Amino acid sequence: MYKILTKTYLNSSTVEMVVNAPYAAKHAQPGQFVVLRVDEYGERIPLTIADYSAKSGTITIIFQIVGKTTAQLALLNQGDEILDFAGPLGAASELCGFKNAAVIGGGAGCAIAYPQAKALFKMGADVDMIAGFRTSDLIILEDKMRANSTNLTVMTDDGSNGNKGFVTAALEQSINSGKQYDVVIAIGPLPMMKAVAQLTKTYGIKTIVSMNPLMIDGTGMCGCCRVLVDGKMKFACVDGPDFDGHLVDFDDAMKRLASFKALEADAYESFKKTHECNLLK
Amino acid sequence: MANMQALKTKMPEQLPNIRRENFTEVALGYSAEDAVQEANRCLGCKTRPCVAKCPVNVAIPEFIAELKNGDFAAAASIVKRDNSLAAVCGRVCPQEVQCESACVRGIKGESVAIGRLERFAADFESEAAIDNEEKPQNNGKKVAVVGGGPAGLTCAGELAKKGYSVTVFEALHTAGGVLMYGIPEFRLPKRIVEKEIESLKLLGVEIITNVIVGKSLKLQDLSDDGFNAVFLGTGAGLPNFMKILGENLIGVYSANEFLTRVNLLKAYSAGYDTPLTQPENVAVIGGGNVAMDAARCALRLGAKTVSIIYRRGEDEMPARNEEIHHAKEEGIEFLLLTNPVQILGDDNSKAVELECVKMELGEPDSSGRRRPVEVEGSNFKIAADTIIMAIGNAPNPTLTSAEKELETNRWNCLVVDEDTLQTSIKGVYAGGDAVTGAATVILAMGAGKKAAAAIDDYLKNA
Repeated sequence: MYKILTKTYLNSSTVEMVVNAPYAAKHAQPGQFVVLRVDEYGERIPLTIADYSAKSGTITIIFQIVGKTTAQLALLNQGDEILDFAGPLGAASELCGFKNAAVIGGGAGCAIAYPQAKALFKMGADVDMIAGFRTSDLIILEDKMRANSTNLTVMTDDGSNGNKGFVTAALEQSINSGKQYDVVIAIGPLPMMKAVAQLTKTYGIKTIVSMNPLMIDGTGMCGCCRVLVDGKMKFACVDGPDFDGHLVDFDDAMKRLASFKALEADAYESFKKTHECNLLK
Repeated sequence: MANMQALKTKMPEQLPNIRRENFTEVALGYSAEDAVQEANRCLGCKTRPCVAKCPVNVAIPEFIAELKNGDFAAAASIVKRDNSLAAVCGRVCPQEVQCESACVRGIKGESVAIGRLERFAADFESEAAIDNEEKPQNNGKKVAVVGGGPAGLTCAGELAKKGYSVTVFEALHTAGGVLMYGIPEFRLPKRIVEKEIESLKLLGVEIITNVIVGKSLKLQDLSDDGFNAVFLGTGAGLPNFMKILGENLIGVYSANEFLTRVNLLKAYSAGYDTPLTQPENVAVIGGGNVAMDAARCALRLGAKTVSIIYRRGEDEMPARNEEIHHAKEEGIEFLLLTNPVQILGDDNSKAVELECVKMELGEPDSSGRRRPVEVEGSNFKIAADTIIMAIGNAPNPTLTSAEKELETNRWNCLVVDEDTLQTSIKGVYAGGDAVTGAATVILAMGAGKKAAAAIDDYLKNA
């Protein structure tokens, strides 16, 4: 069992938890993930490691409530325990050697993009962080992102923070203003990563994306997480989760992510009905 | 007086039309009467050809002799001496190519039903809860076992019996490996696996789940933690796909994924969260036990049609005869000498059809089996919303990519010394599918047992 040491709502639907998980923390590196199961009846879901401390044996996860399992997880409080929590899984991000980076986060993806920015910034790279949210109420980690980047630009789809537009608009503006990036790291919803990769391809800038497909074991055993990269089948859990954004088939990934959409929606609806009061707390 | 019946004593089974709708065990096991009757078919050959063909060398004529006497506890104790997972093996071993293939009674008629008798003895012990295991004196030495499947559990059991402190590190949330995630409930009830694991714990074996060696812990950490030797039983890994068009469509699964959803995560059972779309027309590609398991699971999930698609003929199928027989009885169709060409999907990327081509058998290939060749122009399509690839696994790179000193061969399997099963790192042993590529439970167990003996030798002299 894995005890939740702290729990914080970053916005109305995004939760940060620090979890006691010494085995997962011991060798954790940026870009890796854990697979967890809330209880005996639960499904196994992958979550990217947002922060870690080998010394204190803790892993920080940040997740958005999008379905039954994340809603159930969000109902747990400080002191409660998660049944299963395995990691670190996947290959660590390769961040060495970059001097000028743009790190782009979309929504809850900022929670995973932010540690990448932090790692690069610590290594002395010039880091432009661009974060995108639907609306200003959903903005998370703004201070942390600002403290760990050279420049931070926060965009909102509806312009409610005074900066209307998608992350791609901000990135393109920066490139057009003469900024020379040796890498762009994009982490967020698939359509966002696709749009970023399309843009950077036209400028010929190396682009790394972090794929978050459906998974079961997370160790290469089931093949559920397969993605098409340069026309070849890759398993995100062992070959990734980071891939060259210019080679990923995002349309295929979006279709596969929707494999169980109807079942997931039903499960979430019936869960909400039985837990309505708790979720509104 | 020996029972000279030419045929095996029949084992009661659930009727096909009933069992195809439930997940409870198909074969119901011998009664005491059945077991004694069948035991009496054994001639007790002095040459013991059956024992030589058993990968863990169970003392077969001896345990059967006890069954004849009606001393079932003694029989169980003899089986358990060489086989720490007897109730499992009695159910899933391919006896027809092992012990039973060497049985003298098989020359004129059917062999003695050694597998069924093994199962009877092991189940008798389990139900009577006879505590045959005395917790051995601890010898102060620690061994780490990586992977809680058949190879690892066997190795752990053998070493614990010799007095070692054994810790099993398992990557999934439950130990058991393929016995838990792969083989379905109706062929191997999970309570039996859980019981076997419990008895290992009683021997003092510690099992730590959710630890991926190579990721959570490195081999160096194990050495730093005072483990004197390590056994790697990490199993086969990455599922193979055919590299045909349409394999990423929704409804296409590896057998590992499909079976894990069903067996480990109980997607078939109300109240469990892991989703699985309702299969209607199912095509399972492959001819091994895994293919039979996937097909029979799909049937029990309510599929209208289930077909096994295999590129060779029935004689070449690697599955146990009993599984093929059971699958046919339950109404699974066999499309033999047939190979998939592509999977076709609808506008929502859901699989709808499977295009196949007919095959004919040509000259024997390196495996000695006749090589299938496409019959030109014989393509045809079948309706299929669920397509399950059961065509084997490639080794998992998780451990070997993290531990560069572990030597692998060109198929990425671990290289070990044939006699001791020691890897290229001193004190680190390996066995099972991680070494051989995908094989059977009993071969993995044989390797676990052999490695345990070698580890014992190594640590006694260390």
